[in-house]
Amino acid sequence: MGETAVTCARHQKAAGRGHGVHFRRQLWHVVVFILLVLLSTIISIPLFWVISNALKAPTEVYLYPPRWIPRPPQWGNFAKAWSMLPFWRFLRNSLVTTVVPTVATVFVSALVGYSFARMRWRGRDAVLMLCMATMMLPSQVTLIPRFLIFKQLNWTDTFYPLIVPSLFGSAYDIFLARQFLLTLPVELEEAATIDGCSTFGTWWQVIMPLCKPVLTVIAIFAFMGHWSEFFGPLIYLNSRKNWTIMLGVVSFQDRLEGEVSIHLMMALSFLTMLPCLVLFFSSQKVFIEGIALTGVKG
Amino acid sequence: MLYSVALGFFDYDFFTPPKWVGVANYVNLFAKDELFWQSLKVTTIYSVVSIPLRLVLGFLIALLMNQDVPGIYVFRSLFYVPTILPSVATSFLWMWILNPQYGLINYALEAILGIQGPGWLASEAWALPALIIMSLWGVGGPMVIYLAGLQGIPRHLYEACDLDGGNAVAKFWFITIPMMSPIIFFNLVMGVINSFQVFTSSYLMTQGGPNYATYFYMLYLYDTSFRYFRMGYGSALAWVLFFIIMSLTLLNFIGSKRWVYTGNL
Repeated sequence: MGETAVTCARHQKAAGRGHGVHFRRQLWHVVVFILLVLLSTIISIPLFWVISNALKAPTEVYLYPPRWIPRPPQWGNFAKAWSMLPFWRFLRNSLVTTVVPTVATVFVSALVGYSFARMRWRGRDAVLMLCMATMMLPSQVTLIPRFLIFKQLNWTDTFYPLIVPSLFGSAYDIFLARQFLLTLPVELEEAATIDGCSTFGTWWQVIMPLCKPVLTVIAIFAFMGHWSEFFGPLIYLNSRKNWTIMLGVVSFQDRLEGEVSIHLMMALSFLTMLPCLVLFFSSQKVFIEGIALTGVKG
Repeated sequence: MLYSVALGFFDYDFFTPPKWVGVANYVNLFAKDELFWQSLKVTTIYSVVSIPLRLVLGFLIALLMNQDVPGIYVFRSLFYVPTILPSVATSFLWMWILNPQYGLINYALEAILGIQGPGWLASEAWALPALIIMSLWGVGGPMVIYLAGLQGIPRHLYEACDLDGGNAVAKFWFITIPMMSPIIFFNLVMGVINSFQVFTSSYLMTQGGPNYATYFYMLYLYDTSFRYFRMGYGSALAWVLFFIIMSLTLLNFIGSKRWVYTGNL
């Protein structure tokens, strides 16, 4: 990357020679570029570090000064760490508690958002306000009552507490979908209605495809949120057969306390990051634009 | 929700039926509970240091990211990546980075500055600063929101400033900052809300220690409710938290009238 910076600098200097203002602007760009390379390197070190350590031999981890590139890389670490606890089982549990809520969230926000944006019914705006008001309430406040209700239902140590709430959608996503829907021209739906499409049919065949950008954003955030969720599984899932990956990783650390196992710990950490990384890099464009749309994550 | 209000007035550990205790929970909380004050103190220090740092750093980096240089999308992505990773995984990663003996940070301190790094998570004085440093890794979160705002500033404002003979500093003070004030405000509010919800890192990395030096409010809430099963007391804690966040947000809103430019939005 440093080499690119130099070539780029030379290139820009050559281009700007002779024009005072122009030259200063070019110079400024070079400075910015170098700063960005430096800062990006610093911010990427931890991620690089987790990968590097995940591929090290047990004793290589403790070398001082640290070795950046493992020699030779121990690809077997991933399989070894994975087999030390029933991680296939945990993965299945994680997928159940991630995919179902994600699909539900997308579906519900599109449907309810449509209702708020297009349909006219009594008290609609009041309900919308109420819906928005729940966003102001921090989740901790409802934490204990929710827990007690689920306990009454005998739902502790099942996946229901982690799945069922998402079936009602989240106020934020519903609002997002509504805002997006308001920007769509009504004529499209009118045309569909004239062609004899039912309301539900219009929604499914006309609205859903048009909403793809906003729904993708909602889906990605929902997936990552549920995948990374730690607090919910921690309080609801007790028996090991129900643990999600995150709980598995935590218990892995407890079990190996004191042993030489940093490399395995890093291998596991990286594996849990992997779905998020893949999702992020495969949908980057949607992502960065989507954040502008949502403003979530602080 | 009402259930939660009611619970705040009960002594309930779910093995015995709830017992009405009136406002005793709240009286205990404020008058006798040292852990409550400790957790509040930890959370406040964390917020007061971490939020402004993240706000300023995020803003500066967003300014850089708003320049037209090659590879800018790569830089933006690299900065955003840390915020999408599972907090469990990042906690373990940072435990290792902060390791006093083999960690990267202490290695860097010794290699570059030639000083012996502190014990970080194992030290009562350095554990909280360690978590604050770790929170800066997530500066990409506020950054992208700033970036979106920066890109929304109409170009003609800058052109007008050029015509009036304004230099870069003038542009920054009289256009960028005022136009960005609603976004800064948004990030401030989110920062406050988020910092009161810190849980995973303190739970996994320090268990609130050493000697309660990183005992965050949420951790106390968790311990009370789900380790000692004092649901009534936990509800009281939750409500106090709610009022703290609410009043801070409200204060922010009132204060914002003085400095946030909303134009004709």
